[in-house]
Amino acid sequence: MNHLQLIIQREYLTKVKNKTFLIMTILSPVIMIVLFSVVAYLSQLNNNKQRTISILDESGLVASIFKDAENTKYEVLQNITLENAKTIVKEKENYGLLYIKKIEDISNSSNHIQFYSKKSPSLTLISSLESKIEKQLYNMKLVEEGVDLDKIEAAKINIDIAQENFTGEKTSKLDSFMKLGFGGVAGYLLFMFIIIYGNMIMRSVIEEKTSRIIEVIISSVKPIQLMLGKIIGTSLAGITQFAIWIILGSVLLTIVSMVFGIDMASAQTPQQELVKQAMENPGINGEIQQAMASFYNLPLANLIIAFILFFIGGYLLYSSLYAAIGAAVDNETDTQQFMLPIIMPLILAVYVGMFTVIEDPHGTVSTLFSFIPFTSPVVMLMRIPFGVPLWQQIVSLLLLVGTFMFTVWFAAKIYRVGILMYGKKPTYKELIKWIRY
Amino acid sequence: MSNLLEVHSVSKKFGEFTALNNVSITVPKGSIFGLLGPNGAGKTTLIRVINQITMPDQGHVLLDTEPLQSHHIRDIGYLPEERGLYKSMKVGEQALYLAQLKGMQKGVAKKRLKMWFERLEIGDWWNKKIQELSKGMAQKIQFVVTVLHEPKLLIFDEPFSGFDPINANLIKDEILRLRDEGATVIFSTHRMESVEELCDHIALIHKSNKVLDGNLMDIKRQYKTNTYEIGIDSLNNINLEKELTSKFQVSPAEFKTLGNELKINIKLSKKETANDLLSYLTTKGQVSHFVELIPTANDIFIQTVKNN
Repeated sequence: MNHLQLIIQREYLTKVKNKTFLIMTILSPVIMIVLFSVVAYLSQLNNNKQRTISILDESGLVASIFKDAENTKYEVLQNITLENAKTIVKEKENYGLLYIKKIEDISNSSNHIQFYSKKSPSLTLISSLESKIEKQLYNMKLVEEGVDLDKIEAAKINIDIAQENFTGEKTSKLDSFMKLGFGGVAGYLLFMFIIIYGNMIMRSVIEEKTSRIIEVIISSVKPIQLMLGKIIGTSLAGITQFAIWIILGSVLLTIVSMVFGIDMASAQTPQQELVKQAMENPGINGEIQQAMASFYNLPLANLIIAFILFFIGGYLLYSSLYAAIGAAVDNETDTQQFMLPIIMPLILAVYVGMFTVIEDPHGTVSTLFSFIPFTSPVVMLMRIPFGVPLWQQIVSLLLLVGTFMFTVWFAAKIYRVGILMYGKKPTYKELIKWIRY
Repeated sequence: MSNLLEVHSVSKKFGEFTALNNVSITVPKGSIFGLLGPNGAGKTTLIRVINQITMPDQGHVLLDTEPLQSHHIRDIGYLPEERGLYKSMKVGEQALYLAQLKGMQKGVAKKRLKMWFERLEIGDWWNKKIQELSKGMAQKIQFVVTVLHEPKLLIFDEPFSGFDPINANLIKDEILRLRDEGATVIFSTHRMESVEELCDHIALIHKSNKVLDGNLMDIKRQYKTNTYEIGIDSLNNINLEKELTSKFQVSPAEFKTLGNELKINIKLSKKETANDLLSYLTTKGQVSHFVELIPTANDIFIQTVKNN
């Protein structure tokens, strides 16, 4: 077995057999799932609560529009005073009382409606009541003005602008969401991967320095072999961890939702809720099929290949810098001053991706940053779903590979000198000097 | 006797700082070669050049008459002064890993490791983690790992630091045995008594320059001052001392005796011999002590360093 293989093997095995690593690998998805389940369970608990709302409609205009829904029941009170109604609601422990005064003029009805409850009611409930009443009164007003409601209904038009670029590729709004999602996930994944495993590489270099084994090792292998072996071994361990997280996470998720019957969908965020509502809307039915279609519309082959190449290139670029930092210092606290120049372009890349690419995926800023090697992996991965000309991808990749080779060379220089330097914290000036040694 | 290692006019600068200035040494096959020098003299840099860790700016190194190449790594075993092991790895797998990095087959390495572990009575450490071992115990493992691949050239930088006297002796015997089996040893240390005990050749490096080298006995001959340490008892030692002082170049001597004899060092000129002195002294009193003062490695070291 050659040296590089041996080093990769050792790095991988010691990482994977490390107790903290094992615990983190197994515990992280468990913690995530537990948190997720708790949130899902609680919101389900909330949703399942039946509430009854009493309605006292002195105007007689709106009571008829309230239809019992899954979790909300309406109880129309008749021929009693407001005070009596309040007492009844209190005794029955109903959620609240919606009181509508007699309305003479529909245009001037806003201060005729009130809601009484023990606790302050939820915002969504109030706005849903408001919109229901508004709609009813609006329709009534229209009728009053002599408008035919059926005609208005018939005149409703639903527009979905079909987008197509000049080469004939069709897109839609939903496609754009899909693309954003894809690019965002890919870019963010790379960002996280670099931060987590770059740090791991750095720590493992520092460990070799502090345990003083480094000189024994490099009397047998070349420093650059050791550095590359470390980077590759740690990355493989990282990929293993990621894979276990994904597999374990989905298995656990399935088990939990089967055993406890918790509907994971109910743990969704409000935005997702909106999307769901939109989906349920009869007018936009069939969007799921459309979503599937737009998924297949994505340049999948391009995406996957570009993802792999840019991921590897970007990761190696940054991890070699992390290795160089590890070699330059004696302990982790000294790494701070060198971390900033590494973190800055990464964060910049994510910001550019999040704001500029969403706004205009082929604008000057997005294009520029998808060529600069330190930001290109993240930005380009976010741009590619929107269709980037192949030459741009190739040029960007070549720039990335060129820079990567330069940083590996640079890092190897620092590494070679740094691993044998003990005691003092080097300055940037000294690092530059080391390159000439 | 041919030379295993020849270092020819090697220079190395780190920025403005000159670590080695035109240093040449030759290490004869089968010798134990002491590489001496004060702290910061450039010994470690020279050793690193030999190990191909540092590339020299000028000069070249021949190992067994061949210019150094990467495959020579297997012919050298190096125990650095700054040494350690992976703390969280088990002793056995760590030793195997290091042996494989030196190009050994796993099976062979395992067999030889078992043998060495038996010999140094550390057989039951195989599955222990380094962090469970004491410093001296870890040093033993490092020693085994250094010599395991049976290199032609062994380089030890301060090999005895961290060992108790018993283990230091054990390691010393192992080094001598390895030499007898055909290995050549370079030995860098500050401990002059071990130089005295082990080395047959030395080189002294001071402020990046080689200031002295050669066979240790030759150097001693070169540095001896024809001085004799004498213990003599007469009826009147005070008078005798006065007489000797007027006749020879003397200095006070310090050694342990049972009686109250006069202790004195006498330096002879080139013409006078030890026999002349002894026969003269026997006429003056009872001679209980007569030793030629041979300069110790320590004396030579201090003298050379001071003079430069």
